[in-house]
Amino acid sequence: MKAAVIVFPGSNCDRDLAEGFRKAGLDVQMVWHKDTALPSGIDIVGIPGGFSFGDYLRCGAIAANSPICNEVKTHAERGGYAFGVCNGFQVLTETKILPGALLRNAGLKYICRTVGLNVAESQSVFTRGYEAGETIRIPIAHHDGNYTADAATLDQLEAEDRVAFRYTDNPNGSDRDIAGILSSNRRVLGMMPHPERACDPAQGNEDGARLFAHLTAALAEA
Amino acid sequence: MKARVHVMLKDGVLDPQGEAVKHALHGMGFDGVDGVRQGKVIELDLEDGTGEDAVREMCEKLLANTVIESYSIEMA
Repeated sequence: MKAAVIVFPGSNCDRDLAEGFRKAGLDVQMVWHKDTALPSGIDIVGIPGGFSFGDYLRCGAIAANSPICNEVKTHAERGGYAFGVCNGFQVLTETKILPGALLRNAGLKYICRTVGLNVAESQSVFTRGYEAGETIRIPIAHHDGNYTADAATLDQLEAEDRVAFRYTDNPNGSDRDIAGILSSNRRVLGMMPHPERACDPAQGNEDGARLFAHLTAALAEA
Repeated sequence: MKARVHVMLKDGVLDPQGEAVKHALHGMGFDGVDGVRQGKVIELDLEDGTGEDAVREMCEKLLANTVIESYSIEMA
């Protein structure tokens, strides 16, 4: 099983995400944003957190228009798996692979702390290691994590059971407490919290490790 | 040829920065302000032959996120 982790100028969680994949048994190849092709035979693309292109213009906007993101779009359209964390979630919305957008936090402050997440569904490769309704604790670290979409889109996400995680105590003003959403084929997950920062006893929290472990097992079956 | 692009959050999208500016203005005694919306102005120096249609395409593809933002173009 192989993962590609995209690296933009300003990515700073790329190695953490790669480590999360590796600990779960995936081979990881780092891919520079100027590359024009994804490595052959990859099972999933990871889009890491950070501040791609300095968050200039809008978070994720310039990254979303980089050469490699055309390939990520094609990969997702073909039914490929992709996982975006934090800035990676912002990139996924800017590429329109996932609906909605991430606005400045309602309280205007950058927030870096561990928050409670309610697992809202457990039917995707990303969430099947959890029980629906379970509460886990995962760190957040963002200034622009306030998820928004029009009411029709939010209704559709809920009707199709595509909200993967909700904040138990909404830290950033996100519509309907949304912390992470799935694509319509459930193969792309974008989330603001950082499960790759909760994967090892040394990190003081292993609630994120199940996501990577079950993802790897699911990819092996796929 | 220059183009000036104004990008604003759409009506109905909460603008926390605009709200913070409004609160600051009220704190300074400017009570006559009912609302503040904060946006961006992007100025483009264009080569001959690059017209408004091209600028509109730039807005749709990069300069604005039309999920949350609206834009207007001034050619000068």
